[in-house]
Parts: sequence; structure tokens; C-alpha cells
Amino acid sequence: MISTILIIGGGQAGAQAIDTLRREGFGGRLVLIGDEPELPYQRPPLSKKYLSGEMPADRLVFRHRSFYDEHRIELKLGRQAVRLDAAARQVELADGEKLTYDRLLLCLGAESRRLTCPGAALPGVHYLRALADVAPIQAGFKPQARVVIIGGGYIGLETAATCRKMGCEVTVLEMADRVMNRVVAPSVSQYFAGEHRAHGVTIICDTRVVCLEGRERVEHVVCADGTRHAADLVIVGVGAVATAELARAAGLACDNGIVVDEYCRTSDAAIYAAGDCTNHPSLRFGRRVRLESVDNAFEQAKTAALNLLDKPVAHDRVPWFWSDQFDSKLLIVGLSQDHDRQVLRGDPASRSFSVCYLKGRELLAVEAVNHSKDYMAARKLIAERALMHLDKLADGELALKEAV
Amino acid sequence: MPKITFTEPGGGRRDIDAPLGITLMEAARQHGIQGVVAQCGGACVCSTCHVYIHPSWLAKLEPREEMEEGTLENAWEPRDNSRLSCQIPVTAELDGLEVAVPQRQREE
Repeated sequence: MISTILIIGGGQAGAQAIDTLRREGFGGRLVLIGDEPELPYQRPPLSKKYLSGEMPADRLVFRHRSFYDEHRIELKLGRQAVRLDAAARQVELADGEKLTYDRLLLCLGAESRRLTCPGAALPGVHYLRALADVAPIQAGFKPQARVVIIGGGYIGLETAATCRKMGCEVTVLEMADRVMNRVVAPSVSQYFAGEHRAHGVTIICDTRVVCLEGRERVEHVVCADGTRHAADLVIVGVGAVATAELARAAGLACDNGIVVDEYCRTSDAAIYAAGDCTNHPSLRFGRRVRLESVDNAFEQAKTAALNLLDKPVAHDRVPWFWSDQFDSKLLIVGLSQDHDRQVLRGDPASRSFSVCYLKGRELLAVEAVNHSKDYMAARKLIAERALMHLDKLADGELALKEAV
Repeated sequence: MPKITFTEPGGGRRDIDAPLGITLMEAARQHGIQGVVAQCGGACVCSTCHVYIHPSWLAKLEPREEMEEGTLENAWEPRDNSRLSCQIPVTAELDGLEVAVPQRQREE
């Protein structure tokens, strides 16, 4: 009988797992261990409305404390799990407390990839992942403060937009030949680079940072071609890596994340994992993936919770992502990697368009810019493995769901 | 604080105090109203905070914007009184608002 379930990680996945476990009738001891001191909260606004000060911290939390009391959730927040003994089914916290479990759910998340070049540890160099990362960045917001952002991905660009709105002078340095090159089509990169430039952000591509310089704190970001960018504040957004050390040290199979099957089971029968930290099979796309997204954390946590209660259900979802930059919204659904054809719908100059990715006639992914109708329709079409009518598809006036 | 009454999918009614300045979705989520999933947390991209507004209250709300229209289109059983609760700021005028949560949120 399962009488104690421990969850490590109080992010989106951990919070969702609690919800599903209790709603599905788990009445035993339920403990949430999280190394951050705050009640579980949502991360997406950290680079946007929370960073700009428009949204206070109490709007970030998923649930009030009373919810956890009411549902008898033991919260161990601000407490770090430092050791997992899978044979003894025991977790040890940094302060020495040991907790035993019948089932363990790892929702460890991901952590920012660190810059390793000389000067990377200088004061004034920031990462943005957790709530506590925000205040030190905000402290540097002064009119005309020079902010250099290393990395033109989601985090870099969202942060660039917010810093610009706060009156800073913003420069984005990107190693590839275009922003968001790993996640979107060239036309979408071009659109967003254009938006940023129109708002006064300087975007420099094809550039590689070699060192950061400064006496007391960072003063310059130096690139391989010798260019020096004066900086009052540096924000690094160069990707993230799965947080998996606890699992790896315990002997669980890990390979770019904690390896799980479609039921969120790790290589240990009593341990499950969900969210950014997992390397899991995508049934729709027939390969293993590691995804950093709210949607995946949410859905896998739900799946894991059901399986923890011996209600077998496979994680079989089409992933989706979004990004808000200035007043534009990027919506992505599906995985485009295996495509052999791209079809543009609508005119980027109209500020509302989408790019469809197909393999043959099968729709694999859609990137929609300010176009929620195409995006919502695509979620259904991709899940159904719909075959599209190519001529109709290219007609942006025709609803996507009619282009089959 | 405005009082808002939610009818949950099972038929149960719950009155909650909703602080001014947050959204209807956030108020529902903080209190754990069943069926208000709010997966995207208020970015207007998922439609899982879909609710039905009691018809007598519709006129007191700002109309839907285009983004919300598009997202609602694929919600589960949208009706004329459908709204995404993340797009409704709680104001003093909403004291007494009655909202029903759909039997389910969208599932593909």
C-alpha cells in the first residue's frame, strides 16, 4: 500500500502533481520539498510582468497557503534534498532530516547554463530563472542603464523587451546568424528581430562573447572580433540543462535528463519524474525529447500522479510553447525537426502570420505570430496527424482547420 | 473585497473573496476552484480557464479582445457567455458575480 508520496521540486510540475494526487483521491501523507522558500509559483512572468514590476509576487503563486493546509500537504520549502537512497527509499535534506517514501516524484526542473568565459563571475552578471533572481536585476534598472543580454533565445529576448520598456539601453548578443534560431523559422526570427529593433533594442548576431571585463563589477562584454560593449548590467540567457544530479548520484538512468518512459517511470520502480528534468518519449513524434515548457511540466505531472496511484495512463501530448515580446505573441505547437516542407500563411508585414511545417502532407508543427486561431486549430490537427491540402494551406485567408 | 460565486463542474457552489487588481482566474486558482485549470497562467494561450458568466453580468464586463476570441474558439463547448477568466480583472463592480465552470476544459 502507498501511504507516503514525496515530491521533490515545487515548480509547475510539483504543484500540479499535488493537485492531481489529491483530486484523484490519494489520502496518504503527501510531502512537497522545494529548495526555494516561496510557495509554488509560476515562472513565465518572471521575465515579463514580474520583472517590470507590473505583477506583484502574490499573483505568481498557484495556490494560497490555505489550500495546502486544507489538502494536508506538508510543505518543506527552502529545504534542499541533497541525497537520495533509492534502496532504502529515503531522501536526506541539507539540514540532516531524513524522509522515507513509498513513492517518490522528482520534479527537479532545469537550471541556467552558466557562462564559463573569463569574468563570468563578476558582480553585475545575472541569470533569470527563479524569483530570487529578479530583484538584483531590477536594482540595476535605471534610465539609460546599459544592459547587455547574452543569448537571443526566449529568455534573452523576453528580458530584452522588458528592460527596454523600463527605459534601459539594451543590446542583445547572439552567436547564431539569427535570433531564436533553434526554435523558429527564419521569417519568424526576422519578424521578432524587427520588432525589437523598432523598439530601440540593438541586436547583434554572428558574434561570440570571449570575456567579461570590469574592476569591481562588470563593465564590458568583449566579443571575438574585438568589439567591446559597455555594460552596467549583463543578463545571460544561453539555455538550460536538466537538474538531474540527485537522480544520477542515486544511480537512476540519466541521459540529458532523467530517463523516464511514457508512464513517467524512472529506472527505479518506486521513483517517477516529470517536467523539464526528464528525457521522455514523445509518442506523437516517435522519439525521445527533453522539453522546457509549462505545458510539458503540467501534463507529465498529471500523468505521473495518475500512474503513482496505479491508474495507468501514457503521456501522449503534442507539446506547445509561447513567448511574449513587446506586444507580440509567439505560439508554437508540435515539433518541427522532421519536416521536409514549410508553408507560410499570411503576410509577416501584417503582424499576424504563421509558418506550418509538414512531412509530406502531414502537419508536424506550427509557429503562429499573433495568430491564436491558427495555433489553436493546429493543436488539434497535429494530434490527429491530419493531412493538409497544400494549396489551401498557403491561403492565409482560409481557416487552418479548413485546409485539410 | 468583491464576493464571487463559482459553480464547480460537480455542481457545488463556492463563494470566494477576490482581491481587487488580480484576475478572475487568479482568484479562482488561489482558492483551488475545481475545473479552472489555467495551464498557461494568464497568457491567454491555452483556454483552460474557460468559464461561463451569468448572463445578467455580461454587460458589466469589457468585451473580449481578438486574442481571447481566437483562443476561445477551440475551448470546450464555447457559448455566447463564454470568457477566459484570465482576461477579466476583478473590480469593485463585480461584487456578487456568478460564474459557472464548464464540465471540462479542452482536451485534444
